[in-house]
Amino acid sequence: MKRLILIALLGSAFPALADRLPMPANAPASFTSECSSCHIAYQPALLPANDWRKLMAGLSEHFGSDATVDRKTEQEITAFLERNAGNASRLGNAGNPPRITQTARFIRKHDEIPAKYWRDRRVKSAANCEACHPGAAKGSYSEHDISIRELRE
Amino acid sequence: MRAIPAVALLLASLACHAETPQQIRQIYVTEAASQQAGFTPSAKRGDAFFRQRFAVNDKMPACTSCHTDSPLNPGQHAVTGKAIKPLAVAANPDRLSDPAKVEKWFGRNCKEVVGRACTPAEKADFVTFLSEGR
Repeated sequence: MKRLILIALLGSAFPALADRLPMPANAPASFTSECSSCHIAYQPALLPANDWRKLMAGLSEHFGSDATVDRKTEQEITAFLERNAGNASRLGNAGNPPRITQTARFIRKHDEIPAKYWRDRRVKSAANCEACHPGAAKGSYSEHDISIRELRE
Repeated sequence: MRAIPAVALLLASLACHAETPQQIRQIYVTEAASQQAGFTPSAKRGDAFFRQRFAVNDKMPACTSCHTDSPLNPGQHAVTGKAIKPLAVAANPDRLSDPAKVEKWFGRNCKEVVGRACTPAEKADFVTFLSEGR
């Protein structure tokens, strides 16, 4: 009986574990300050190394904004992203320019979200992880603390 | 009595890292005055600039698109939805304490919203508006 409870507990803990995406401890200060001024500092594991390189090479036209940083900072951030990048085969193609929200993994994880929520004024953009995942900046994407009530199961 | 030199030293060392809004304003005032003799910054002109619709950028036609109608309010990024802390020093003491940061954001936002680099006079007015903004 005790074992059953343990198994049940472990089972319920797994989905939560799968949605933990902690920021690597060695994140340089420049990464946090530069990348989180207009959106959260997305965890490096959300894109493969090749896509991060592409993204960092095009910062002057970063989704309509000029997000250029000085050369030293650019190298520092790129090296950090490459070191901690996600697995290309698991994430899938992110398009060009690469978008986290275009990766097969992101699409699969959000396939049950009705289209109207992406346009909801509380959400605004799929880039706004925190609109639904209040712990996103800390790497928590659990389905259990979605902040939009109607989207909670 | 011993504490006074210590405090003075501490203040001096702090000054190396953080500058006051007045110091930052002075940087732009000096620059503007070198182009335009007798330049005096104006919070009122800064206010008007803040509200002006440049309509260069569909999603961000004016400063107010992300920063709301008052620099005392928290804002929200017009595209990403990210929360933005108030611009006014009165509501957010971290504002106007780092000249490099101020210059960086003038660089980005002027290019995107105004469609060109801002002039030193515009920057001086804007900084004056934010440090006196109510």
